[in-house]
Amino acid sequence: MSTATLYDKVWALHQVAELPSGATQLFIGLHLIHEVTSPQAFAALKDLGLSVRHPERTVATVDHIVPTTSQARPFADGLAEEMLSTLERNCQEYGIHLNGLGSGRQGIVHVMAPELGLTQPGMTVACGDSHTSTHGAFGAIAFGIGTSQVRDVLASQSLTMNKLKVRRIWVDGALQPGVFAKDLVLHIIRTLGVKGGVGYAYEFAGPAIEALSMEERMTLCNMAIEGGARCGYVNPDQTTFDYLKGRPHAPSGEAWDRAVSWWKSLASGADACFDDEVKLDAATIAPTITWGITPGQGIGVDEAVPTLEQTPEEDRPLAQEAYRYMDLQPGQAIAGLPVDVCFIGSCTNGRLSDLRAAASIAAGRQVASGIKAFVVPGSEQVAAAAEAEGLDAVFRQAGFEWREPGCSMCLAMNPDRLEGRQISASSSNRNFKGRQGSASGRTLLMSPAMVAAAAITGHVTDVRSLPPA
Amino acid sequence: MTSTPFPSGAISQVSGPAVVLRGNDIDTDRIIPARFLKCVTFDGLGAQVFADDRSEQNGEHPFDRPEHQGAAILIVNRNFGCGSSREHAPQALLRWGIRAVVGESFAEIFYGNCLALGIPCLQASSEEIDALQTAAEAAPQTSASISLEPAAIEIEGRRWDLSMAADAKNRLLGGQWDATSQLLQQEQALQDTAARLPYMQGFVASR
Ligand code: SF4
Repeated sequence: MSTATLYDKVWALHQVAELPSGATQLFIGLHLIHEVTSPQAFAALKDLGLSVRHPERTVATVDHIVPTTSQARPFADGLAEEMLSTLERNCQEYGIHLNGLGSGRQGIVHVMAPELGLTQPGMTVACGDSHTSTHGAFGAIAFGIGTSQVRDVLASQSLTMNKLKVRRIWVDGALQPGVFAKDLVLHIIRTLGVKGGVGYAYEFAGPAIEALSMEERMTLCNMAIEGGARCGYVNPDQTTFDYLKGRPHAPSGEAWDRAVSWWKSLASGADACFDDEVKLDAATIAPTITWGITPGQGIGVDEAVPTLEQTPEEDRPLAQEAYRYMDLQPGQAIAGLPVDVCFIGSCTNGRLSDLRAAASIAAGRQVASGIKAFVVPGSEQVAAAAEAEGLDAVFRQAGFEWREPGCSMCLAMNPDRLEGRQISASSSNRNFKGRQGSASGRTLLMSPAMVAAAAITGHVTDVRSLPPA
Repeated sequence: MTSTPFPSGAISQVSGPAVVLRGNDIDTDRIIPARFLKCVTFDGLGAQVFADDRSEQNGEHPFDRPEHQGAAILIVNRNFGCGSSREHAPQALLRWGIRAVVGESFAEIFYGNCLALGIPCLQASSEEIDALQTAAEAAPQTSASISLEPAAIEIEGRRWDLSMAADAKNRLLGGQWDATSQLLQQEQALQDTAARLPYMQGFVASR
């Protein structure tokens, strides 16, 4: 048996050269681009007189800046319109396929690529977006890059990287009812800290991980970066293959069988050596929610905001900043905290199973008065699938708005944003100061079911305690 | 903001006044709030660096204080640059005038983005950073100087050893931090790598 991890094997296969600096030149199997981090890279390419080496391995979509109400062109926001038309021009000029608005395949880049079968086990996946870690759910080595690196990948289909160490996060047990992959990952980040993963790739393994669906694995890997790990992955298994089979870009026929056997050969073996290992028990995890201004400031919904005494000394200044910014008292219970806005969507939790979980809470109930609640499917495919099973109607009847796909209120690059001191219950991934578009706006991260429960009651609510509809 | 030329070629030292920004986990959303990402060039970002923190602090933010105009070295604490991968963050710092960053630790993507722009990020222990910050704050107008080999910073005759990952250091010293041309030199190796990846050939039989 080999002691190599999946990370080691995929790394070795994609290693182009050892560079004079000691870094590795790594081949990139799938390059995903979007409107925000690509324009300057294309401009640099033009300046250097270079072409795109593998346009057929490069796929574009538009997600960050699109409005989620009307997507009619030109956008009302001239800057947003300029960004999209720049992307369209660049894709056309360099022969890159763009899954544009209305194509039926547009969506948040980390929702779009997996559902089309573009993301596959054993690939290296890069995108100018930190949540590229999402694609690790398939047993790919996937990581976010900056714009200079986008230029490098466009030009050479490779980039300069240093190999990470690998930490296995072994999760025993099973998630309890009402507890989701989002709670698991918030719990992991809370336990290991927002910088705990710096220098590491996270391999998620163990019975609780094997039991997760692909969409849940994507939620988990999506937030590896919030724990400081540039990439997170799950070894490919039958769940992975079942998900991929029949998707537009997945291999088919005999190629499928060869692909599956190659994918299987890449998984970390029983003897694999890890640089570090952490063990957790899924059964002990409660619905988890952030109270502060980093994703690491999380607590169970049944807990109180930690006091300074309960906070490790080095984290106290940040805790104090968070009390002030969030306007919370140390020791205050988080359940019962009133919210203003409820947002279900993003590349973390904007997939069909997320919408189903939220809809099952919304069904037969009503959004509390004064609460703005809205649902933003992660892609056009997710929207179509949700509408086909009537989830849009469930949400609308409950008083949620049903929107067009995009990044929406995950970040402030489109019309969806918090105003003033508003506090949101969000299924997204970042609760940084000002993240949701108001310099003083506040964000509580939680699972889609918990966001739906907060929308119904108007305050932070343990989804497990919601009275029957 | 300064008119210091952008980094080019081999980088072995950086000198200029230092500005201190205290706080752990300062994320890239704070360095450059997302609304400023709506641009197709990086040109205007210098004026917008730390926009929200600066407006909140009403002229008292270090980047607004008159004594720090023209600073070239930024001294930070732990996990600086965490969060979003946006290269707009180091671009904004660069365009404001920053040419090197010293801190206890950096988020990886931010670190790599800085390197790709020729901005060295150097490290020291939390105690040393603390002492360094105090020294820098006491002498805002004095030029500090950073050398990469050996990695160190000198302020007003006092010297602190710094550390820097060998490959980043080598790339800066060798003028190879601008990676594109280097990557393109490996033509044969690129072809060989693509040829051994089954998915690059659509998983056809008998390779
Ligand atoms: S949904 Fe949020 S985190 Fe995901 S790609 Fe869009 S902006 Fe980034």
